[in-house]
Amino acid sequence: MNFPILTAIMLAPVVGLLLILLIPEREELTIKITAAAATFVSLVLAILAYVLYDYGRGGLQFLQDVPWVPSFGINYSVGVDGLSMPMVLLTAIVIFTGVFASWDMTKRVKEFFIFLLMLVTGVFGVFISRDLFFFYLFFEVAVIPMYLLIGIWGSTRKEYAAMKLTLYLLVGSAFALIGIIATFLYAAQQLGHATFDIQTLATVKYDLGFQKFVFFLMLIGFGVLVPIWPLHLWSPDGHVAAPTAVSMLHAGVLMKLGAYGLIRVGLFLFPEGAKYWAPLIAVLCIVNVVYGAMIAMVQKDLKFVIGYSSVSHMGYVLLGIAALNTLSLNGAVAQMFAHGIMTALFFALVGNVYHKAHTREIARFGGLAHQMPRVAAGFLIGGLASLGLPGLNNYVAEFLIFIGSFTREQTLLGGILSYRILSILAISGIVITATYVLRVVKNTFFGPRKPEWDHLEDARGVEMVPIVVLVATLILFGLLPSLQIDMINSGVAPLVAKIEAAKAIGGIF
Amino acid sequence: MASLQLLTVEILTAALGLGLLALGLLVPQNDRRGIGYVAAAGLAGLMVAAFSMRDASGVVLGGYIIDPFGTYFKVLFLAAALLTAVCSFEYVEKMGFNQGEYYALLVLATLGMMILASSGELISLYLGLELMTITFCILAAYRLDDAKSAEAGIKYILLGAMSSAILLYGLSLVYGASGSTVIKEIAQAVATGGASPALLLGTIFLLAGFAFKVTAVPFHMWSPDVYEGAPTPVTGFLSVASKAAGFAALVRVFFGALPDLHNFWVQLFIALAVLTMVLGNLVAIPQTNIKRLLAYSSISQAGYLLLGVVSFSVLGIGAIMYYAMLYVFGNMGAFMAATAFYNTDGSDEIRDYAGLARRSPLVAAVMLFSLLSLAGIPPMAGFVGKFYLFMSIISRGYIWLAILGILMSMVSVYYYLLVAKAMYLGNPPEGSRPVRVAPGLQIAMIVSLLVLFLLGIYPTPLTNYAMNSAVAFFMP
Repeated sequence: MNFPILTAIMLAPVVGLLLILLIPEREELTIKITAAAATFVSLVLAILAYVLYDYGRGGLQFLQDVPWVPSFGINYSVGVDGLSMPMVLLTAIVIFTGVFASWDMTKRVKEFFIFLLMLVTGVFGVFISRDLFFFYLFFEVAVIPMYLLIGIWGSTRKEYAAMKLTLYLLVGSAFALIGIIATFLYAAQQLGHATFDIQTLATVKYDLGFQKFVFFLMLIGFGVLVPIWPLHLWSPDGHVAAPTAVSMLHAGVLMKLGAYGLIRVGLFLFPEGAKYWAPLIAVLCIVNVVYGAMIAMVQKDLKFVIGYSSVSHMGYVLLGIAALNTLSLNGAVAQMFAHGIMTALFFALVGNVYHKAHTREIARFGGLAHQMPRVAAGFLIGGLASLGLPGLNNYVAEFLIFIGSFTREQTLLGGILSYRILSILAISGIVITATYVLRVVKNTFFGPRKPEWDHLEDARGVEMVPIVVLVATLILFGLLPSLQIDMINSGVAPLVAKIEAAKAIGGIF
Repeated sequence: MASLQLLTVEILTAALGLGLLALGLLVPQNDRRGIGYVAAAGLAGLMVAAFSMRDASGVVLGGYIIDPFGTYFKVLFLAAALLTAVCSFEYVEKMGFNQGEYYALLVLATLGMMILASSGELISLYLGLELMTITFCILAAYRLDDAKSAEAGIKYILLGAMSSAILLYGLSLVYGASGSTVIKEIAQAVATGGASPALLLGTIFLLAGFAFKVTAVPFHMWSPDVYEGAPTPVTGFLSVASKAAGFAALVRVFFGALPDLHNFWVQLFIALAVLTMVLGNLVAIPQTNIKRLLAYSSISQAGYLLLGVVSFSVLGIGAIMYYAMLYVFGNMGAFMAATAFYNTDGSDEIRDYAGLARRSPLVAAVMLFSLLSLAGIPPMAGFVGKFYLFMSIISRGYIWLAILGILMSMVSVYYYLLVAKAMYLGNPPEGSRPVRVAPGLQIAMIVSLLVLFLLGIYPTPLTNYAMNSAVAFFMP
């Protein structure tokens, strides 16, 4: 089968974008249907690829190579493995549901969907690229549409948030770019020919000093996007200000770009550098988990709660990365997927409520389950996923991360800290999560009926698409984790083999 | 005779310039609009001619070098002149007089740049430089009714004369120390004779003279005022083509005549590059006038280009050439959008751009994507250009310089986005009309937008062209 399925997944939004350019501005429904159709094509193809991916064989599949700039060894080469396939599926699900979550958009509809599709093209591109040049190129493509989407269609201090987000991401990516160029030049010298192919770059033996330096650059570059504490400041503001679909895509997928980059480029190319910096990541991620959850507890705005909960949940992903073993990395990737779906669900629902009630202040709500039972049900399922209820996708992921990091016998800071202690601290984050999630659910959706909100209509028609699709995904992968974990494991295995083959070196502390 | 064939492009350019001058005198006042079309068609033809000669090489009259490097820059100058001519139709017609001279001067300035890019000898280099500078003085002061334009002309002529004097002094010192005005012979003299104090002093003066032409800090003072006052199309032309010409000559002189002193002058260029990138970008932030903003942005662009000089490598030259070509389309795109806006609204203030995206999606999109290309955001072509430039210096071990450069280009995103913010986030003022864009300008804008996109997504053809020319320059 020679159909370039990955390229098709990426280009479907581009085709949609070009069609929308030709549709007159007042044909809003046609524009929305076009966007939905384009993302639907991506989704169907992504599901197809997911099913067709042979994880018994593992490795990169659906390869396609086109020489691009031969003199610099740049190729348009795509392919997915067990790490990136779930991410492609995640992106396809989130953008498809995101389009439906924006169905009630009335302001400058044409431009909105053009920028939205531009954004998602970049995201798809990152996940399917096997070439470091294209990886970075797609990474950056996503940034500017984001600025305009938040700046034009956002709420709550949108211009400030949009600029802050853009500058954070760009400055971060500047560090990653330096790292990429330095890697390229180092490898070109060792190999004797220029290449940006990640697999080939991974065969080069980088000396230890170089690994430490470049991994640090990558840690900053991709860490901003994750976001790793203390580089997270852009994220709650950005999430809150962004329009619904963009929040979904942003928290659901874009943050995963950071973690994915850290694994794909950082861990895979510089295992020794990763070992050196892992303790730092491990300590910072605990701050993410606990601090993020605590801040989420005291928020008054629904969206801020979810914004900080993302900071907290991404801490688990980082813990999985820092523990550097099979279980924990499996968990990290699964958590990326699970959190992406869950947080997209949250933002879709909050967007629904906000659109009708024009406020997100938790204190003003109460008893919304009377008026909006479907929204309440969706939110409750999302909330339960968030606190790690068995039977939902997040449980599987968090369980693996905790087991993985707990079984890592390494002490830090001369024996004062160990991965066990860090794991226990991280698990305590679950308790705080339960507190804030249940608090929000109770104060917003349960309790006596408030007549003030009687005019609110429950989600119906196309508004149900995001809720149904996202909830179904959470349940599917929660009940049948093997559908996901076998796939991820086939991608993690070579990575872990590489890490274990690397020289054992002490961490930074 | 064979050697004169190599000069085809220059001879035809001179003929076009003089022909336009004559045409301007012969055609009655009311029918002079056509002169612009003749100029544009002529420039387009010349561009094709220059491109078809891209592999030609040879030396004419002992000191005039035709090589792929020079021809690449000629194509670049002609592309910039063509865009400028198309951009000027309506603007010049509005000024209402002397249309013939305007286009003639434009073409003659291009001729000056060509000579500058091709001279392998210091006297003809100076000749080209003066031809370019003096025509630009007239063009900058072309808006007779505008005091700012006159100021621009005066500033350019005074400071230009001073910088020319400095350059000339440098040239004479180099001549005195090496005993020749031919670049190749100077290189031999330096290789055998070593670095005398006079030669080092001459190098510094040369550097200062060229730094003026390419608006490197601290020799940039003239540019914001001149850019603001000059007619907008002229500003665009000045900012891209004269800068590229400056770089072409700079590379020829420093890489060609003084390669043995590179340990010395690379240090100086590092200082210039750092100052230029930092100051250009930081001072651009508070600007409220689009032309001043673009002036500072173009100062900072010179800083990035200087990185290619600092790297002192084939890759560096190739990167300069690649970037300079994209810079033509990026910057001219921005200036064309500014011209289109000015033609309707008569303003250059950024706050008046509010809501432009609603009034004219095309003008706003051209401005936005041109600025993004200048900032180096993919998928615009500027990204690939910067990628090569930074790669060239990292390959020489200047990682800190690359970090500084990339961080500064992220700073530039901030002020470019302020323009985007006005255009896309702001609301158009009450009762504003849609921006009307003349068909010619519209086509030119779409073309340069497409070029930026296509070269950003598929940079290979231009990369190969630039890199091969660079290799040919280094290893003739």
